[in-house]
Amino acid sequence: MRTIRIGSGAGYSGDRIEPALELAEKGDIQYLVFECLGERTVALAQQARMKSPDSGYDPLLEERMRAVLPVCAAKGIKIVTNMGAANPEAAARKTAEIARSLGLSLLKIAAVVGDDVLDTCKDGDLPIMEFDGTIKQLGNRLLSANAYLGAEPMAQALGEGADIVITGRASDPALFLAPMIHAFGWAMDDWNLLGQGTVAGHLLECAGQITGGYFADPGYKDVAGLARLGFPIGEVGEDGALVITKVAGSGGAVTAQTCKEQLLYEVHDPKRYLQPDVVADFSQVRVEEIAPDRVRISGGRGTKRTDTLKVSVGYVDSFIGEGQISYAGPGALARGRLALEIVRERLKLTGVAASELRFELIGVESLHGAEVSSHAAEPYEVRVRVAGRTESLREAIRIGNEVETLYTNGPAAGGGAWKSARDVVAVASVLLPRDLAKPQIRLWGRRP
Amino acid sequence: MKLRDIAHSRTGDKGNTSNISVIAYQEKHYPLLLEQVTSARVKAHFAGVVEGEVVRYELPNISALNFVMSGALGGGVTRSLALDAHGKSLSSALLDLDIEPASSDN
Repeated sequence: MRTIRIGSGAGYSGDRIEPALELAEKGDIQYLVFECLGERTVALAQQARMKSPDSGYDPLLEERMRAVLPVCAAKGIKIVTNMGAANPEAAARKTAEIARSLGLSLLKIAAVVGDDVLDTCKDGDLPIMEFDGTIKQLGNRLLSANAYLGAEPMAQALGEGADIVITGRASDPALFLAPMIHAFGWAMDDWNLLGQGTVAGHLLECAGQITGGYFADPGYKDVAGLARLGFPIGEVGEDGALVITKVAGSGGAVTAQTCKEQLLYEVHDPKRYLQPDVVADFSQVRVEEIAPDRVRISGGRGTKRTDTLKVSVGYVDSFIGEGQISYAGPGALARGRLALEIVRERLKLTGVAASELRFELIGVESLHGAEVSSHAAEPYEVRVRVAGRTESLREAIRIGNEVETLYTNGPAAGGGAWKSARDVVAVASVLLPRDLAKPQIRLWGRRP
Repeated sequence: MKLRDIAHSRTGDKGNTSNISVIAYQEKHYPLLLEQVTSARVKAHFAGVVEGEVVRYELPNISALNFVMSGALGGGVTRSLALDAHGKSLSSALLDLDIEPASSDN
């Protein structure tokens, strides 16, 4: 049976780079995938592109490509990535330039475009899923609308000989599904194979999260070597057989436990994991340790894909102002609470217009609120945090200022004040009839 | 005993919805999870955090439960005022649940 090995070289935009190089050098892989596009990254990248038309792709694209291209070119490892963000064509041009500068001008680079559906959606009445309203009602606060594309255009680009495929918004598992479809010729209506391939992609897409990252809990779940965590490899057979593993000697661990945690990560109904290519069913998945750092995953299934694509809509939501200050030693908790009361009163007295406010003590109840944290012991130090949502940057700035003035106007011995104010680009979703997104492939570079 | 003694857990986020998996270390403890880690109990445990409903999905093949909690992320990851906007730390809080051992564990 034919098998391919796919490495996962990044789980988010800012991820470590040397584990990807390790995969390329020692992983015996044929494909290296970089998943670098968070929920709102496209919207932020779109803002960058509006300021400068040649930007709008992942800020680490150059560093990653320079690190892995020589090895990948030498070994014939193909790269698939969503580092194109809001501008896959500029990312492909940049990558071609990097390849040339490394003496690798024979590499063929493809950009997948067409996820940008802003013009299609802008004036429509597609309802927003998260709150009452339509895209049109966002008016000039609307920044971007990008459809989650499936694996097909990426697989097609590989079929046309691309060594590097750069896309914008695509479903994360589809980045991994594309090499499988390309290598094995899976039919786009073989729902069970696409479902099992989606399981593979889903397990791999967060890179270190399946090799022991986001997992360690000393005394309960110990993991060795997190500072040099190895990134995962999916060994996929043409019948969908799947083993998750990693480079021998790298840090971390692939175990049944790490795989089970990642299987359910960001999943709602496990029977209906909605993807552009398939509705994947994780409910019958089995997880089996077959050797150290080798876990067999079977039983992924699927049913027919839906008629719509999820579209991620970026918009300017509001502004957030924030301030923090610390208290320590005997009575720290009481002084922290007094500080919060003072700021609460000050924001009222000075008429700061905030639609939502949080007053909390970091180290006491900031993460889960007063009710969940009520039985906690008194800490040695606390950090006051006040955050508020406003309609303007000017108002947002006033919130942090009121915390900072605690230095000379607040309880005794407050230190390390910090403040910030920023605009909030948020993301909402709409469902777009699938045929309204028209992905296309653009190619750079040449074959001899 | 605590849930942490028999299960591990991971939180994921999508918009304003958080999901928390609860996975038994050993298959024999899955019935305890089924019986004692109910949606109602999880909702009560996260009073003040989760505003919406809590739905439980069961995955007997891997001895796991998946809790989907709506209205749990301060209006949504990308706009939340919370320090932990993703709710990544919620899984650890859930593992603090008290569990009555089965009679065979005594």
